[in-house]
Amino acid sequence: MRDRLARLPYGRAIGWALLIVLLVATLAPFYVMLRTAISGPGTLFQQARSLVPLDPTTVHFERVLGLLTPEENRAAGGSGAMISFAVAMRNTVLFTTVVVLGQVFFSAMAAYAFARMRFLGRTVLFYAYLSALMIPGIVLFIPNFILIRELGWLNTFQGMVAPFVLMTPFAVFFLRQFFLGIPVSLEEAAKLDGASPFGTFWRIILPVSKTPLVTLAILTSIQAWNEFFWPFLVGRDPNVRVLTVALQSFQSSTPQGSPDWAGLMAATFLSVVPIFILMVVLGRQVISSLQFSGLK
Amino acid sequence: MTDHQPGPTNPLGITLRRASKRIFNAEAATAYLFILPSLIGFVAFYGYPAVRAVLISFTEWNLLRAPRPIGLGNYERLLSDPLFWNAMKVTGLYVLYNIPFQTVLGLFMAVAMHRLTQSLAIRGVLVLPYLVSNVVVGLAFLWVLDPLLGTMNMVLGWFGIDRQPFLGSPDQALLSIAGINIWRHMGFVALLFYAGLQAIPKELYEAGTIDGAGEGRLFRYISLPLLRPVMVFVLVTSVIGSFQIFDTIAVTTQGGPVNATRAIVWYIYENAFQFFRMGYASALSVVLFLLLITVTILQMRLLQGNRSEME
Repeated sequence: MRDRLARLPYGRAIGWALLIVLLVATLAPFYVMLRTAISGPGTLFQQARSLVPLDPTTVHFERVLGLLTPEENRAAGGSGAMISFAVAMRNTVLFTTVVVLGQVFFSAMAAYAFARMRFLGRTVLFYAYLSALMIPGIVLFIPNFILIRELGWLNTFQGMVAPFVLMTPFAVFFLRQFFLGIPVSLEEAAKLDGASPFGTFWRIILPVSKTPLVTLAILTSIQAWNEFFWPFLVGRDPNVRVLTVALQSFQSSTPQGSPDWAGLMAATFLSVVPIFILMVVLGRQVISSLQFSGLK
Repeated sequence: MTDHQPGPTNPLGITLRRASKRIFNAEAATAYLFILPSLIGFVAFYGYPAVRAVLISFTEWNLLRAPRPIGLGNYERLLSDPLFWNAMKVTGLYVLYNIPFQTVLGLFMAVAMHRLTQSLAIRGVLVLPYLVSNVVVGLAFLWVLDPLLGTMNMVLGWFGIDRQPFLGSPDQALLSIAGINIWRHMGFVALLFYAGLQAIPKELYEAGTIDGAGEGRLFRYISLPLLRPVMVFVLVTSVIGSFQIFDTIAVTTQGGPVNATRAIVWYIYENAFQFFRMGYASALSVVLFLLLITVTILQMRLLQGNRSEME
């Protein structure tokens, strides 16, 4: 193979050149985000002609994190109406944690029953779960919004996590396929030792399914961290709203005139940092999880 | 007990199986307990709302007064609603702008990586945009594409191209949104194709090379046919996703300027949550669902999605 590629130095060079262009294009918006976030107050107009940060400062990050007094805030170009970034970050962390733990655990329980136990309605129920994969979000969001409203759960935490915390059809389907592949002998041994069904599930099935569970947890956390539409419908109150909703409102609530781009980019950049960290720490797992999600 | 390994062939295994028949009800009861939490979630947030959406679509309901049954009224109204047809046109155009570029760029990136580098870091960078929320991406591009101060106009200036209005103009807004989402998704698409390419046996390429095939022919006759299952998956899921474009619009243009980006899900959102026309919005969403099913079936037919070349 190496020989053949060596015969194609031009093709190789062109391939690399295009790949590098795409890599730069992929990173450029993140760079612009950072440049604006660390450029000093009042440099926005010069930034339209500069690639490098001007008058570098951390003041916008401090502003976003609420470390400055209102006066300092205004001096740094803030509107004074900054979003409470820390609260939104806390809400996102809480939302993501609850959704991931609940969804993975309850879906695993259901998947185990579908994979291993015999009961009336198993096939019908499983196909019902599967067919729900086909329904577009908006079809369900309208009645779900009405339900949450009827329950009096608008702008509450339970209303925001409710549709995701007990299951998603994908999670059940995904784990069932794995559980089907676990040798039955493992559980039979546990049963003979007198383990209860839940004991078998907890001490045998979950530990041997570490890889698919981690894969699912990674996919679910990325999704939950970035979830926008549903929290946007039911959780707009500043006390419960997650980062995505807060950032959107921050942008659209800007009074006429130019938005507070520096503050906005600082907040946006901070909200991406956990993803960067995730990639640095768990990059290999994240990539294989994502690759896997396409090859079910 | 210690002498016998329980298994399907020995006597002990048979006793166990007979016992399990007797405890069948206990097994079923356990199963229902295991399924119960997910079943509550499924019924409450998937099954019931799916039925309810259809029921609501036959009513007029603003959430304040009781729903008023109007039969097929909402569906009739939709047919003569110019904004609905505009939304269909906008959505269709968006899918047409988005899918070909995203797929071809993703495929190119995957093939280039497959032939040139195994680097995990490169794959990590390329997939980064996909890991970031649509809101963040939308905000970043709102700034990058700012008509007055945006970096994009500076870059265009280097090539002597005039300032462009991008999201601010009816002609360019939808193209800009498509561009944003191509940028966000191409790396993920590439990752999927790359995984598919890695599954292709290396010997096939070696054999092809020995037969004197160049890079182009290897791609045409080995990679592309064997990538069919991944291609089907990518096209079907990304078309379904594209039809439901919402987040980017909510952050950047909110349907404007002058209806240019009022895609179908944004239009449904406006009807349901800004004008509180729950019945009409539900009817629109049911139509979208039917449309997506049709498009998916058509795609599976055209792409012969159930066929595999590997046999």
